[in-house]
Amino acid sequence: MSPPTPAPQRHMKATPSRSIPLWRDERAIRIILQLLFVGAVVWALAYFFGNARRGLEQLGLGFGFDFLRMEAGFGISEGIEYQPSDSYGRAFFVGIVNTLRVSIVGILCATLIGTLAGIARLSSNWLLRNLARAYVELFRNVPLLLQLLFWYGAVILKLPPVRQAVNLYDYAFLSQRGLYVARPVASEGMTAWIWIAAAGLLLSIIVYIVHRRHLRREDRPGFPSLTATGVWVAVATIGWLALPAQPIALDLPILGRFNFSGGLPLSPEFTGLLLGLSVYTGAFIAEVVRGGIQSVEKGQREAALALGLRPWQVMYMIVLPQALRVIVPPMTSQYLNLAKNSSLAVAIGYPELFNIGTTTMNQTGQTLPVFALIMACYLGFGLLTSIVMNWYNRRIRFVER
Amino acid sequence: MAQTAVQPPGSHTASPLRRALRWAHTNLFSTWYNTVLTLLCLWVIYVVLSGTLGWAIFRANWAVIPQNLRVFLAGTYPSSELWRIWAVLFSVIGMTGLSAGAFGGKSHALLLRSSIAGLVLAALPFSVANRGLILGGVALLWLTYGASRNRTALRPWIVGAWFLSIPGTMLLMWGAHSSQLLPRVETTAWGGFTLTLLLAIVGILASFPIGLLLALGRRSTLRAVSIVCTCFIEVVRGMPLVTILFMAHLMVPIFMPDVRIDKVVRAMIGLTLFTSAYMAENIRGGLQGVPQGQVEAAHALGMNASLTMLFVVLPQAIRSVIPSIVGQFISLFKDTSLVAIIGLLDLLGVARSVMANPDWLGLQAEVYLFAAFMYWLFSFSLSKSSRRLERALGVNHS
Repeated sequence: MSPPTPAPQRHMKATPSRSIPLWRDERAIRIILQLLFVGAVVWALAYFFGNARRGLEQLGLGFGFDFLRMEAGFGISEGIEYQPSDSYGRAFFVGIVNTLRVSIVGILCATLIGTLAGIARLSSNWLLRNLARAYVELFRNVPLLLQLLFWYGAVILKLPPVRQAVNLYDYAFLSQRGLYVARPVASEGMTAWIWIAAAGLLLSIIVYIVHRRHLRREDRPGFPSLTATGVWVAVATIGWLALPAQPIALDLPILGRFNFSGGLPLSPEFTGLLLGLSVYTGAFIAEVVRGGIQSVEKGQREAALALGLRPWQVMYMIVLPQALRVIVPPMTSQYLNLAKNSSLAVAIGYPELFNIGTTTMNQTGQTLPVFALIMACYLGFGLLTSIVMNWYNRRIRFVER
Repeated sequence: MAQTAVQPPGSHTASPLRRALRWAHTNLFSTWYNTVLTLLCLWVIYVVLSGTLGWAIFRANWAVIPQNLRVFLAGTYPSSELWRIWAVLFSVIGMTGLSAGAFGGKSHALLLRSSIAGLVLAALPFSVANRGLILGGVALLWLTYGASRNRTALRPWIVGAWFLSIPGTMLLMWGAHSSQLLPRVETTAWGGFTLTLLLAIVGILASFPIGLLLALGRRSTLRAVSIVCTCFIEVVRGMPLVTILFMAHLMVPIFMPDVRIDKVVRAMIGLTLFTSAYMAENIRGGLQGVPQGQVEAAHALGMNASLTMLFVVLPQAIRSVIPSIVGQFISLFKDTSLVAIIGLLDLLGVARSVMANPDWLGLQAEVYLFAAFMYWLFSFSLSKSSRRLERALGVNHS
């Protein structure tokens, strides 16, 4: 957003003559107008907050953030460690972490789904193209809240009970209690493998430098970064396979008497929210990706092919770098939308920031401070995301020559 | 845009079967990986359809929809007063037709899609009289469109009519305690699709002037004004709509304890404040698109700043933001479903209350799918036609 443009006419009369009366002097008028405007805003705010304070005083409530240190007394079904005897501040922190958790996982899933669907929409395969189109048009045009309620109330809660859980090849189990997936756990081979991987990294850096110097001397085009990555992947894979003990063991969920033990349990609320957010945002991201790829002129692709580049090279070296510049800004706003939309979890009972905020509000009656906190958190998320994405945007812009 | 395969020469002379095979070859099985993709897609389609179709045909209990159709569409509005909802609907349709004619000129697509949506609605299990009314609405749309086509003189009157329609609609829906003709209908009885549409239309109309003022304020050379407007816009855009609705729901009574403001009106305030921030950014984009030369020419002709804004800049800016306002309307239309969280009975709220009815327990999937279908029908046809409108208005939006 560009800052407001400074007044072009402000300096037109650099020395107003004494004969101009005050009410015709433009500088005076401008100052008076601004004073009037600020006065009106301040008066309205003072009126509103005065009313609010009087109302709270009548209820015998103070006005401040002291309640954050009081005992919360309500339980939170999931998240980092927390007891009902902890403070409201701690409960809030749990909510923030839960919001971040579902937002970050959701952003990853939505990006994956959206990128695949966006590329599929440009496929030369008629069926794939139209399947992707059907997905986008279906999920983009139905309210997210409805989709969340549908996934949670009409799909996940209607799944079979734990004893008849849907078995997804022993790696994941889907039931009324949510999703149990296998959890990768580092085993004793991990330290050895990390050493091997570090050695591989060193080797790949050396390869990168040598290869680049070689290319410079010969004045030939090439991809030292690709060669180096290949070296590292090769070393890491060989190390992985050669080690006697697997570095990562899968902790599989196993059905016990009443519930699963082991694995990574995802609650029905989290599963439903994640599913709804990723599928909904994925449909929007698909359109962003499609628009970005289409924004690259056809001539670029044709010229690259004419120069003898392979199709994957055309995609990787010509189309994607140019498309990314178009994609990143709208993608940022989709990510922000996803983070903001995670607040809809209040309808299905996932304990994120807003959900815990409303509970706190109901228990303490501190509507205003709680809203201020929620507001500060969301604006903070927004600021954080824009900083990260702007940094990335600048980085990919540097490629431009 | 989909890449269409180039037809090989002479294909029009080949037999239909050969042509079909050739089409399948170029579009589905051109290379080995395309064949794999096609088979994969077929498998996905099979899995999805075998899962859902069997359920939808044999196991789903669709009786819940026709039995509650009136509730889905009009909430618990009393039967004897339903004509008031029809009157509101017809006036909205009439004004839409008039606006499409006077502003759009070439907006056949918008009308065509809306008509198709109307016809699909008429296919729902309505009574004969209601079907007749729906078809009458479709006819009215085309009549008003034809009547106002390219009559630019009507524009200010239509804009005025839209804004007068807010108090008019509220008066008609609410009625008065003492009135025989229009007995009072409390907002607790307002609901269903009617409330969804009402919230969306009031929200977009009310947010337009506020958004316009905010956009002008943000571009103002008065620093204090532009800072306050920018803060408002950015804070509202950084917040989720639920929090703003909750704020309107809980804080308006705290901020203004002397006046009792109805729940539906509070939801309207929240939706309007939210939308106006986005609207301001759309309008600001339109304002920035007006060439500086236009302003300079107006100054050269001796027009002052406000006359220039009113008669030179704004008409051009607003024309270019019409498509994005339609887009804003679509997303607002979907966002109104959030009022269900604060306990209003819009389409989604009504759907949830039907599910809670002991007669229809356990029918979440059927009810949600019906509600989703209603939202989808309107939002899809609007978004399709808004893309056409964009092209018809010649707005460069790529």
